[in-house]
Amino acid sequence: MTTTAHQIRPGVVDGIGASPLRKEDWPLVRGEGTFIADFKRPGMVHAFVVRSPMAHARFTTVDRTATFAAPGVLDVITAEDLPDRGRPIPTRQFSDEGSNRFLQRPLADGVVRYSGEPVAVVIAATRYLAEDAAELLEIDYEPLAVVLDADAAVAQDAPLLQPGAGTNVAGRLVVETGALQEAFDNAHLVIKQEFSVQRHAAVPLETRGLLAEYDSATESLTVWGAAKIPHVNRTILTRLLGWKDESKVRMVELHVGGGFGARGEFYPEDYLIPFAAIRIGKPVQWVEDREENLRATNHSREQVHRAEIAIDQDGRFLGLRDSLINNTGAYVRTHGMTVPGLSVSMLPGPYRWPAYRGEFRSVVTNKTPGGTYRSPGRFEINFVRERLIDMAAHRLGIDPVELRRRNLIDRDSFPHQVGTSYDGHPVIYDSGDYVLLLDKALSAFDYESMKRWRSEPAGNGLRRGLGIGYFVEKAGPAEREYARVELNDRGDVMVYTGSASVGQGVETIFAQVCVSHLGLPFERVTVVHGDTALIPEGMGAFGSRAAMLGGAAVMGASEQIRKRLLDAAAEELEAAPADLMLTTEGVSVVGAPARNVPLTTLLSELGGVIKEENRFVCDLLGFPYGIHFAAVEVDPASGAIHIHRYAVAYDIGRCINPVLVKGQISGGFAQGIGGTLLEEFSFDPSGQPLSASFMDYLLPTSEEVPDVEVLITEDAPSPLNPLGVKGAGEGGTAAVGAAIGNAVSDALGSEVTRLPLTPQRVMELASR
Amino acid sequence: MSRRIVVEINGRAVEGEVEPRLLLADFIRDNANLTGTHLGCEHGVCGACTVQLDGRPVRSCLMFAVQANGRRVATVEGMAPGEDTLHPLQQAFHECHALQCGFCTPGILMTMEALLREEPDPSPERIRSVLAGNLCRCTGYQNIITAVRLAADRMQRIGVQDIGAAADGPS
Repeated sequence: MTTTAHQIRPGVVDGIGASPLRKEDWPLVRGEGTFIADFKRPGMVHAFVVRSPMAHARFTTVDRTATFAAPGVLDVITAEDLPDRGRPIPTRQFSDEGSNRFLQRPLADGVVRYSGEPVAVVIAATRYLAEDAAELLEIDYEPLAVVLDADAAVAQDAPLLQPGAGTNVAGRLVVETGALQEAFDNAHLVIKQEFSVQRHAAVPLETRGLLAEYDSATESLTVWGAAKIPHVNRTILTRLLGWKDESKVRMVELHVGGGFGARGEFYPEDYLIPFAAIRIGKPVQWVEDREENLRATNHSREQVHRAEIAIDQDGRFLGLRDSLINNTGAYVRTHGMTVPGLSVSMLPGPYRWPAYRGEFRSVVTNKTPGGTYRSPGRFEINFVRERLIDMAAHRLGIDPVELRRRNLIDRDSFPHQVGTSYDGHPVIYDSGDYVLLLDKALSAFDYESMKRWRSEPAGNGLRRGLGIGYFVEKAGPAEREYARVELNDRGDVMVYTGSASVGQGVETIFAQVCVSHLGLPFERVTVVHGDTALIPEGMGAFGSRAAMLGGAAVMGASEQIRKRLLDAAAEELEAAPADLMLTTEGVSVVGAPARNVPLTTLLSELGGVIKEENRFVCDLLGFPYGIHFAAVEVDPASGAIHIHRYAVAYDIGRCINPVLVKGQISGGFAQGIGGTLLEEFSFDPSGQPLSASFMDYLLPTSEEVPDVEVLITEDAPSPLNPLGVKGAGEGGTAAVGAAIGNAVSDALGSEVTRLPLTPQRVMELASR
Repeated sequence: MSRRIVVEINGRAVEGEVEPRLLLADFIRDNANLTGTHLGCEHGVCGACTVQLDGRPVRSCLMFAVQANGRRVATVEGMAPGEDTLHPLQQAFHECHALQCGFCTPGILMTMEALLREEPDPSPERIRSVLAGNLCRCTGYQNIITAVRLAADRMQRIGVQDIGAAADGPS
């Protein structure tokens, strides 16, 4: 497959590479958006989910009569009311036979395994009344021994979350390439270190929610508030309901207040609310509150790595070995082994490794279940690998940038087989020029001036440091995507996509792709997404896949429409299609505008509205790559880290909308700052969450997020899709821990091995 | 136990028979049907629910509706001067890509509108400091600060009484 990058139709404005103002913004800035809590249906009632106050306990629901009798209450649902007492929610990717023993059921049945686990649902006329009634529910909890730490969970005498499984290890995988032992035996230098990344999470600003309505006349169900993967979740819901026909379930995406991996996965409530709506025959709405959100929505990132690197005397990498343990919380949710799987498959990064061994164990504990969060598994491993490299650079007395340069994969080695695979997809870096990006970034960000700044005295006892993090990201897969483009005789274009919006701007970029390949104006294009009644199939928005797969499908369908129009006009005008131009008026011969046929005429000949479908299939991943630079001043006395400069260079193959890509990088960077400096889910020894409010779980504010300088390059278009794009959603987050970890280590002369870099931890490092 | 209240919201008197515990945010969203005011945390940290009470920004999740009885509330829906125009702040947010998912945007707009009325020419540092009371999970804040500065420039140039006239309709 060849790339058609940079073949933009002449005269096209607002197409690929431009930055037209977003189609999404108008209702959002006017307060006219429709997020799930804004959406109402006649006669709707409200659900409140009663959650376990304990991390691990046996329980019995002693009495629900008082709850039933409370004002406004319509129903109280516990596990015994569910078919089969609640069917386990399946994984949707990176499944593992062993992990099926740890799936979550919609309601706990006799045993709760994390604080926040749903035990009952109360349905009442208002949310206020539902919460009142829930207070009256009598449940007896008998505490069981808790296990919170992943290492403790694999110890011999550890309490088991699922005694029937006989283990807390939900999944394990080993990858090995090359002659590892030989590499370490022959090494001039071996650095061995334990690293850990704390539990934190996506935490979109809009909490989850949904509204379900059952129509008994047609025996069909509509669920509003779908996000991320509406079609996939329709399949799961249909199956859990025990229904045969997916078309009886309609999922509708409204405005979505951020996703970042967590929102839109199939959670217990995604079954419970539709079930309640069917059961009571009224529309039921449920909106998570923030405390629930911090206890119930997927956590992520909690990993401990025991890693080592082998290097020869010239600073060439010989081998890399890592054993990681991933704390996945109380159950295996829809992502299966995705997060640790990505860690193991992508730890090698942008370097040549003659030998590599990566191993993960994913372990259940009495904490909130985990899933993906922007740059899943990679935020963690970039921290591990890039810190190891800096530690080696210091020991060898080689400049950290130079050490990296010596080991970057050569531009002639692409496509580059890493020797690992992710969920059945071999990791083959599709394209790249890693040295070129390094050179461009050093020059664009004036690294020499950063080094001069580093060497100047800071004063006030502050210490300066520089850090770099080079990384490879991934984009895709979910191997296919659907698009349909429709054109009417007024020149209005409808683009239907199987990709979803989580706030990132897909309407705008798909319109740009359509404009570039169809040739009609941006203003005439409307993009429709997230409604299973209007779109027959789709894989949604995750893993930086929408532009790559969704974009390619929109491109294909747009070109098909154009071809049909030009072919029809060519016949009419007796000219070659290549000599024709298309406008909203119609088709004319280039250079002879009098020879033309109006759009109305063409379309009436073609049957009024023309439609073209396209399914783009690509089962390989794309691999964008980038570099983060951090220049920091650290105050050893207070533990404060001041970020003097931060810069990100990112090659994304081809950039559809530079302003939106920069927005993705700035926003992703802010989340990386949160994960590096602030955000941490902590628990007391009994498993009580200590970070269940925004007063304890610290999201970065404008005071903690400095401006970030961004360099976007397009030197390595992806050969895997005709647009050449690779997806840009995650690179802003991927190496923040790595770059700041390196910069703080440089400033303090003390090795950072754990995140987050709280003031207390920085003070400890400074005093070593 | 319910109490009759009248709150002036965006110039319109909204009456309601409310329980004392009803949050002002819920009154605005459910009784007045103005759902542009969003609830992001319900404990006063995120700022998504910020509205103006007698011209000053407040968190509508930290007030009861009865406390607003007889008072004047402004919400994001009242900002734009017309159906096909935007307030200069809204326009600047649109032009500067100062929003992604848009969930936090109404609260930020209400905070910044009040800032620009009191301080028509704030420095980027001042904007950053005031903005720290509102959480945004998508943008990294950079473009929001740029947008507020752009709006401040335009509003000083055209005068606050003419706001909206300079903004174009949707693209």
